[in-house]
Amino acid sequence: MSPSPLLELENLRVSFPTPKGRIEVVKGLSFTLGRERLGIVGESGSGKSMTGRALLRLVRTPGAQVADRMVFDGIDLQRLSERKMRELRGARISMIMQDPKFSLNPVMTIGAQIAEALKTHEKLARRDIRARVLEMLEAVRINDPERVMELYPHEVSGGMGQRVMIAMMLIPRPDLLIADEPTSALDVSVQAQVLDLIDELVRDKGMGLILISHDLNLVARYCDRILVMHAGEVVESCAAADLQNATHPYTRGLLAAVPRMEETRAELPTLDRSAWSGT
Amino acid sequence: MSAISLKNLDISYGTTKVVEGANIEVAAGESFALVGESGSGKSTILKAIAGLAPDWTGEITVLGEKRGHRVDHAFATRCQMVFQDPYGSLHPRKTVDAVLSEPLRIHGLPNRDARVLEMLAAVGLDQRFRFRYPHQLSGGQRQRVAIARALMLEPKVMLLDEPTSALDVSVQAEILNLLKKLRREQGLTYLMVTHNLPVVSFMCDRMAVMNKGRIVEIAPASALHDGSFTDPYTQSLYAASGGNPDRKDQ
Repeated sequence: MSPSPLLELENLRVSFPTPKGRIEVVKGLSFTLGRERLGIVGESGSGKSMTGRALLRLVRTPGAQVADRMVFDGIDLQRLSERKMRELRGARISMIMQDPKFSLNPVMTIGAQIAEALKTHEKLARRDIRARVLEMLEAVRINDPERVMELYPHEVSGGMGQRVMIAMMLIPRPDLLIADEPTSALDVSVQAQVLDLIDELVRDKGMGLILISHDLNLVARYCDRILVMHAGEVVESCAAADLQNATHPYTRGLLAAVPRMEETRAELPTLDRSAWSGT
Repeated sequence: MSAISLKNLDISYGTTKVVEGANIEVAAGESFALVGESGSGKSTILKAIAGLAPDWTGEITVLGEKRGHRVDHAFATRCQMVFQDPYGSLHPRKTVDAVLSEPLRIHGLPNRDARVLEMLAAVGLDQRFRFRYPHQLSGGQRQRVAIARALMLEPKVMLLDEPTSALDVSVQAEILNLLKKLRREQGLTYLMVTHNLPVVSFMCDRMAVMNKGRIVEIAPASALHDGSFTDPYTQSLYAASGGNPDRKDQ
């Protein structure tokens, strides 16, 4: 592991205005990330996706984000100009979104979209671009990439669309990949393939990965370290292998609420939401 | 007598055949799962039973009565469906009260007021939600309303199309518990579509595995404990779901 971490985040706060004043959806989040795989888990509204967006400075107004420190590979992200930030997005840090149906451009061929991601960040001859796109499509295990390049997003399946998106995000060779629910729109069988693929690419290229998901078991399977978020705060931070021994009542409640393959309980335990929130 | 009986059921959308030769017998009081990937035809079977996919051939029998191809009022009182997305399946401009009273009004049933209150209590919703609109409710609360709506006519057979896949795990646990409780209390029969195998293990007695419009295997839910499936497709689906981690440790 390199001496300086890939990403340092201290006291990140994201807030939105409401008629009753500003509401913080992320309340003082801190972590450091090396070239490792970090999982962020939480339920809807826990602030996990907002954390991912804030790292790319993509929280839209009227939302606002502040942090005491947000340093990526020695670059202070908060002091970058919007132009510099745009150069960094995609090239150094990129993000895989949830649903390929809404995140791919419906009127551009797959080949053109992936090429665009590359052209934005690197100057290459047309032949080289084509070669890189083909190579990338092969890397995400698309058979017959020559044919797929000419297709439009509606002509491919969900799993294939998600692989196209992964190809698009990885082609500029970023150092950090943020995957926000990358497989929740996919079937179980395809889910495993896509995650194995992300996992393999992240390991091969020595990237950092932040996997954001609501699925505890999935995150435990694919990450080294896990942060559990609830109502904008980290309630538990542990190694993925130790998740089953989690101590916080919220984490324990979440774990218990998941049905098992060999289910013997007559009733699933549900969360008593008053137990830890203190409100 | 079986609650749901499908014989040689073929279902088409236009010229495409999406389900071919489905044969299922679900006993009264049983909870039966249909599992498979998207596009395998599992939801289509539910739709055909409910009358939403009218282009079918074969035989559909529910509680001993054959289903025709037309809208069937009496059928609605025996069999109802709950849909996947509680955000999409409730009318945005109707209050909970209007949604729940509508089936009673259509069928000309009395005591609407009392029945609505009774049903709200049965699905664990407070009385204060009665005059709210769907956008004022959370996902879990909406799914409770959708279940209440389906139960208003006191059907004996419920068709459940991925009732919890749009919900958080903790809310999923609440809804699954509710469905289990209702089945026990009212002696319901469930035919449930899902792609989540652990949910099958919790909720169901038996399951049919579908692939590309065909049923490839019918197995007891206990097969999920050790993965004792005979069909290679089922085995791969089981492996993709992570198998049974509780057994691997031992």
